[in-house]
Amino acid sequence: MAGSTFPKGGIHPEEHKELTEHLAIEQMPVPDQVVLPLSMHFGAPAKPVVKKKQEVQEGDVIATVEKALGATIHSSVSGTVKAIETRPHPTMVRCDAVIIDRDPSAAPRQYESDDWRKLTREQLLARVKDAGIVGLGGAGFPTHVKLSPPPSAKIDTLILNGAECEPYLTTDHRIMLELPEKVVEGTKILLKILGIKQAVIGIELNKPDAINVMSKVAQQSSGSDDLGVRVQGMQVKYPQGSEKQLIFSLTNRAVPGGGLPFDVGVIVQNISTTLAVFEAATMQKPLYEKVVTFSGRAIKRQANLQVKVGTVLSDVVNYLGGTEDLLKIVSGGPMMGFAMSTLDVPITKTTSGVLFLNSQETNVDPHGPCINCGWCIKACPMGLAPKEIGIYVEAGKGHLTEKFGVFDCFECGCCAYVCPAKRPMVQFARLAKIAIKKHG
Amino acid sequence: MWTVSASLIPAMLLSIYVFGLRGLLITLVSMISCMAVEAISQKALGRPVSVSDGSAALTGILMAFVIPPGVPYWLPIVGAVAAIFINKELMGGLGFNIWNPALVGRALLMAAFPVYMTAAWIPPIDWSKSAVDVYISGGLDAVSTATPLQVLKQYGLSAFTQQFGNLSTVYQNFFIGIKPGCIGETSALLILAGGLFMMIRGIITWHIPVSTIATVAVLSWIFGGETWFSGQPLVHVLSGGLMLGAFYMATDYVTSPTQKAAQIVFGIGVGALTLLIRLKGGYPEGVAYSILLMNCLTPSLEEWFRPKRFALPKQAPVAATK
Repeated sequence: MAGSTFPKGGIHPEEHKELTEHLAIEQMPVPDQVVLPLSMHFGAPAKPVVKKKQEVQEGDVIATVEKALGATIHSSVSGTVKAIETRPHPTMVRCDAVIIDRDPSAAPRQYESDDWRKLTREQLLARVKDAGIVGLGGAGFPTHVKLSPPPSAKIDTLILNGAECEPYLTTDHRIMLELPEKVVEGTKILLKILGIKQAVIGIELNKPDAINVMSKVAQQSSGSDDLGVRVQGMQVKYPQGSEKQLIFSLTNRAVPGGGLPFDVGVIVQNISTTLAVFEAATMQKPLYEKVVTFSGRAIKRQANLQVKVGTVLSDVVNYLGGTEDLLKIVSGGPMMGFAMSTLDVPITKTTSGVLFLNSQETNVDPHGPCINCGWCIKACPMGLAPKEIGIYVEAGKGHLTEKFGVFDCFECGCCAYVCPAKRPMVQFARLAKIAIKKHG
Repeated sequence: MWTVSASLIPAMLLSIYVFGLRGLLITLVSMISCMAVEAISQKALGRPVSVSDGSAALTGILMAFVIPPGVPYWLPIVGAVAAIFINKELMGGLGFNIWNPALVGRALLMAAFPVYMTAAWIPPIDWSKSAVDVYISGGLDAVSTATPLQVLKQYGLSAFTQQFGNLSTVYQNFFIGIKPGCIGETSALLILAGGLFMMIRGIITWHIPVSTIATVAVLSWIFGGETWFSGQPLVHVLSGGLMLGAFYMATDYVTSPTQKAAQIVFGIGVGALTLLIRLKGGYPEGVAYSILLMNCLTPSLEEWFRPKRFALPKQAPVAATK
């Protein structure tokens, strides 16, 4: 199988997936305290509906977003609200959070399943909304909003993103291997909500076991209804899992600059999100735990852990035996993730992995000037000239870079990866976007 | 950049065989003075000293490779000041220079010391006649020759074949590098090998060298002879600094464009200007000036040839205000 791919740019970073790809998903013991940030989604921060010292049960709503774009937040443990105060946040640096002390005597909450096929589209969509599900690939866009495209959009295809093209990360891989029935069933729930018939699950060819299992399960379930789910292998190339590249790879449709997938009739969902949709639609279980890859060579034991949202990193590090020669902590993958300055950061709904990198795996050398080699231009999957953006930003003229298409940049980091001068290209692009917005 | 320097070692070794140790010594003086000028000017300008990146060393080697082997030892030091201090550090340092530093060095020396730069040639050592002492003192007293392009320009093709042998001998000697010329530019074979090595390593692509050399070949065939379409393309391709210029100077990242189409236009420009100077200009050789002139166009070529976007924008972006 040759595998489909996107038309330009892209890189082949070392995968490092061997550290965790063969490790089964493992349940991490519930921590004594969770920190639940009020911003774990794209949109307005949620407003707390609980008070200090109030008792809450696992799965109870603790914060909601009423009118604006956002998602409901649920308690991931049973216990008492200790405080509502500012805490470190993986991408926002600091953010208000609800802190809950666990009641050690409380038993884990049980959920009963019913038959989702008897529910209407509206009922299913309401369950997704009530569960507080957001896109778990990293952007955190509220899923119930994504599943309600404007009537003008003619959606015909659902795409499931099983590329997992970021090095190190193996959560979607393990979920597809261990819970393929739930993923396929979740896909069908999504199809019913969208009122369409066909879904494609795109998986990179470096996960042949997942391609096998998912194809088999998709085939077995195909007789039961008229909803078609098929699996397609894709070339191993970063950023195969980026939305626009993925859509092109699987459908040959190019999303225009500034456009959204529904402009070309497509909706994309992440594997973990689909699993959450399955649990919400069949058991009305809110999203408050998820599978996260903890990897990198600086942590004693690597693992794919099912953790409660709100678990702070220091608890995970203790559970995994501590660190050695730790140089950098990254929330997310090494290409697009954010560096952390403290272990007090909690796992949020959108955390797909946390990497503990040692001095062999990362470097903190200073960067040099641009020598115009043009390698970033060759690597850019959007066909931009990243070097120009960097030079403009360094010269204090970041606000003039819109004509270079800086808003097409989704910060995949290919340019920074190939740069021989180790220039922080992604940071330059972020600064350019901020400068343009500031300039009005 | 140390890799690029390493790929020039074979050409350096051949130069020792052809011109004696003097070529090596001039090259060392040039390299060390470029590194020293960079370190001193960076210190003076309050910048971090970046001599270890190999950029100044490479400039020094390339500058020596395009000056005659018989020049006095202090000459490259003057060139280094022009190449590194004026052209590079005063422009803002690595990445901000408009012109190729090695060629700026050569251009300044050509303008300021034309006698040395156009007459300090050494004939290739004839190993069947010479003793080892000639090899060691190589060239100190042997400055009575002319480069093939000088002969071709002043006396025509018949005088050229009289001095350098019939055309097949010329092709063979020139291809290997047995001819008078600048220190490192004589051997097409070894420069080609170095260029291929850089292509395999992904340091350069074929676009600039091939378009440059092809343009010189085609134009010299059309315009280089007594009548139209009677020129000798191989004589022009194998003579002077064309091979070195096409593979090592015109491909300099900082001063050449990044897009393939722009690189081909750049190469055609270098080739056409080279031949214009060689056939109609006052100098017998024009590779250095051609590249420097095309360097001026690089920013515009970057502007005219944009990379192809993944998809066009939904609406045209609002024009950025200047």
